[in-house]
Amino acid sequence: MKELKVKRIESGTVIDHIPPGQAPNVLKILGIRGGSKEVVSMVMNVVGKTGKKDIVKIENRELAEDELDQIALIAPNATINIIRDYEVVEKYKVTPPDFVEGVVKCSNPNCISNTNEPIVPKFLVERKKPVVLRCMYCERKITEDIAKYLM
Amino acid sequence: MSKEEIDYILKVAEKLEPYARGVQGDLLSGKLFAMLFYEPSTRTRLSFETATKRLGGDVIGFSSPESSSFSKGESLADTIRVVSGYADAIILRHPKEGAALFASQYSTVPLINAGDGAGHHPTQTLLDLYTLHKESTLEGVKIALVGDLKYGRTVHSLVYALSLYNAKIFLVSPPELSMPSHVVSDILERGATVHETTSIEDVIEEVDAIYMTRIQKERFPDPSEYQRVVGSYRLTQELLKMAKPTTIVMHPLPRVDEIDPAVDNMPNAKYFQQSFYGVPVRMAVLCILMGVFD
Repeated sequence: MKELKVKRIESGTVIDHIPPGQAPNVLKILGIRGGSKEVVSMVMNVVGKTGKKDIVKIENRELAEDELDQIALIAPNATINIIRDYEVVEKYKVTPPDFVEGVVKCSNPNCISNTNEPIVPKFLVERKKPVVLRCMYCERKITEDIAKYLM
Repeated sequence: MSKEEIDYILKVAEKLEPYARGVQGDLLSGKLFAMLFYEPSTRTRLSFETATKRLGGDVIGFSSPESSSFSKGESLADTIRVVSGYADAIILRHPKEGAALFASQYSTVPLINAGDGAGHHPTQTLLDLYTLHKESTLEGVKIALVGDLKYGRTVHSLVYALSLYNAKIFLVSPPELSMPSHVVSDILERGATVHETTSIEDVIEEVDAIYMTRIQKERFPDPSEYQRVVGSYRLTQELLKMAKPTTIVMHPLPRVDEIDPAVDNMPNAKYFQQSFYGVPVRMAVLCILMGVFD
């Protein structure tokens, strides 16, 4: 029998097929930080069928689809498993949203969104695979290394 | 902005040209415009003021951040909320890209972008298009943009607009000052024809218009490299003789060394005319926003 690196959860959300090394950024996107209450398990660099990957398990919390879709910005092939009573009751692949707000900051240091003004960075998802973001303020595109610009 | 909206502004500008030339009008009588200039400007600020006053309107505002509450730490958002209560429209120049769009979210009156950092300068673009319309041709124009295409905001806005008019665009710059690739890919997607080269001589015989820009010394860490580049992007009478007699020369000004003053007297030189066209174009923008023609 295959050994599990982290025990099965009774209920909650399992995010699988995260690119290796990106699990901390997935938690960042979901707003799960040091002070959060959730029980969270994170496995990095496990070897799956298609190479290395990260997995995140969040117990007793079913995350909403629109929340989870933001993960697609850095983990385009991530799959979501909603668990109840140890069973997968829902499984789907993330798809990038059309619009991103307050998740990524603009790569342009001279953009108005990188100032002390009361402003939340907003991006249009101009292309979904690979993800291309366009700042709604200065129109600068982010085409690669989106994780570097996470807020 | 759609092509139809631009065409409408240019048409109105043509109607208002006599007022720009000195006929006193009253189309903006009773209207007060707030000019918030967080960056220095000569032509843009003065031509907005001229446009307003020749049509009977008035202006308030500041021409540098030191003379505003910005120096006390007030946010742009708050300044806009306050000034919205004073004026019928706001004309904003700001060093940060996207500032005008952001400010418009806090303004209860129309807000005009008079330049936002290296971003956009739409009224400059409109006056450039108006100059082409009046002095050359706009639809299908063959135009060379020469010099600093990397940092020059006027050329960025201009190429987006030209892509609406089936323009054939020649980008002429040293490699270190070439048009950002995201702008080139954007305008190609919009259907413009784009050719990039490093030499004016390659394209001068073919084009209807040459749009010169200033190459700024501070962009070059090595002064000798600056001298070399500036020397090779200088428009002279001799060079211009290679062009068609009808080819016009434009420049957003201020110019430094990139156009030999001897060119000023040639019939091709249209840059001072271009600067003047800023007045009827800005008159048109103000009048349309104020609903003068509704």
